[in-house]
Amino acid sequence: MEEALRMALEQAKTSGASRILMLRLRVGTLSGVVPEALRFAFDVVCRDTMAEGASLEMETVPAACWCPGCRAEFEYVDFMSECPRCHQPSGELRRGRELEIASMEIF
Amino acid sequence: MCKECGCGLGGDVKIGGHSHDHGHDHDHDHGHSHEHDHGHHHEPEPGSTRQTVTLQRSLLEKNDRLAEQNRGFFRAKKLLVLNVVSSPGSGKTTFIRETAAQLAGRLRVGVIVGDLATDNDAARLRTAGIPVVQITTGTVCHLDADMISKASAQIDLGNLDLLVIENVGNLVCPADYDLGEDLRVVLLSVTEGEDKPLKYPPMFHSAQVAVVTKSDMAAAAGFDRNLALANLKRVSHHARIFELSSKTGEGMKAWLDFIVEQQSAIKKK
Repeated sequence: MEEALRMALEQAKTSGASRILMLRLRVGTLSGVVPEALRFAFDVVCRDTMAEGASLEMETVPAACWCPGCRAEFEYVDFMSECPRCHQPSGELRRGRELEIASMEIF
Repeated sequence: MCKECGCGLGGDVKIGGHSHDHGHDHDHDHGHSHEHDHGHHHEPEPGSTRQTVTLQRSLLEKNDRLAEQNRGFFRAKKLLVLNVVSSPGSGKTTFIRETAAQLAGRLRVGVIVGDLATDNDAARLRTAGIPVVQITTGTVCHLDADMISKASAQIDLGNLDLLVIENVGNLVCPADYDLGEDLRVVLLSVTEGEDKPLKYPPMFHSAQVAVVTKSDMAAAAGFDRNLALANLKRVSHHARIFELSSKTGEGMKAWLDFIVEQQSAIKKK
C-alpha cells in the first residue's frame, strides 16, 4: 500500500492538489489481495499525509484465460484453466492479476 | 511494505549483516500546510474543485522494472536463477542444500536466502560449503527485486552457474513479486495436505515447476498422491512436476537432470 500512496502523492503534487479524497484500485481476482488487509494497510500508511482519511474503492477484475485453439478468452472459474469449448487447458492468463491505481479524487 | 498484507510496518531489511532502508522513499514533505480542522470532512472546501485524476498504474511497476533489470544482469552472466517458494516447513532449505551438494562437479551453486529473522538457514547451507547471502526481512513477508539486486552484489556471481533464491516461507505475497528469476519453483510437502494448490491458486498458478517433497513420509502422513497430483495439475497444469525426498535422495535424479538441462540451455543463449 505504501507504493499506492507514493504514486498517489506524486500525482497529487503534480496536479497541485491539497488533499486526496479517494483512491480507486483495480484488483484482479487472482492478485492474491485480501481487501480487508488492504484497507487496514491503507488507513495506516495514509496517516499524517494529505491522503489521511481518504476512502478506498476497489473494482474487481475477473480472471480470464486465452485459449490459443479457439482464439478466444474464457473466464477462469474455480481454478479451472480448461477452455469450456475445446477442453484444452490454457497456460495464458490474460486478466486477473491486476493491482493498479485506476484513478483518484483530489482537490 | 507488502501491497496486500500490510507487513513491513517497522523494522529494517538486513542483507548479509548490513542494514538497508526498505522502500521508504516516499518523500512527502511534512511541511504540508493544509489547515483542515481534523473533522475529516471529505467535501471540497468552498472555492476549490474536486477533480478525478486517472492514473492506470500498476502498484508493482517499480518491482517489475527492477526484476527485469535483475533478469538482464543474470542473463548476461549466463546464470540459471530459481525462486523457490513454499509454506514454512516444506523443506526448502534441505531441498536446496541437497540440490547444491548433488550438483557438485556439474554446476557451481550459490544461494540467497530470505527469512524474517535469524541466519539459521544460511548457516545450514554454509556448513555444506555453499556460498550464501542471508536476507533478514524484519517484518516483510516476501523478497522483492530490490533486495535481490543488493544481495547479488555480495555474492561472486561470476563463479556460479546456478543461483537459487530461497524465498520467505509464505504462499501468498511472494507470488506477486518477480525477482528476475528464470523459473519459479513451488514446493508442496506430503505432510501439508493435498489441497494446498487449491487453497493458494495464485502462487501455484504462477510457478513453472512444482516439487512434491518429503516423499519418504508419504505413507506415514496418509498422503493421497493421486489427489495431490490432480490438484496440482488443475491449478498449475503447465508446470513440470517432480516428486522427491531430499532426505533419501529418491526422485532427485530427474530434478537434477532437469536443472542441468535448463542451465545448458541458458549457456547456449
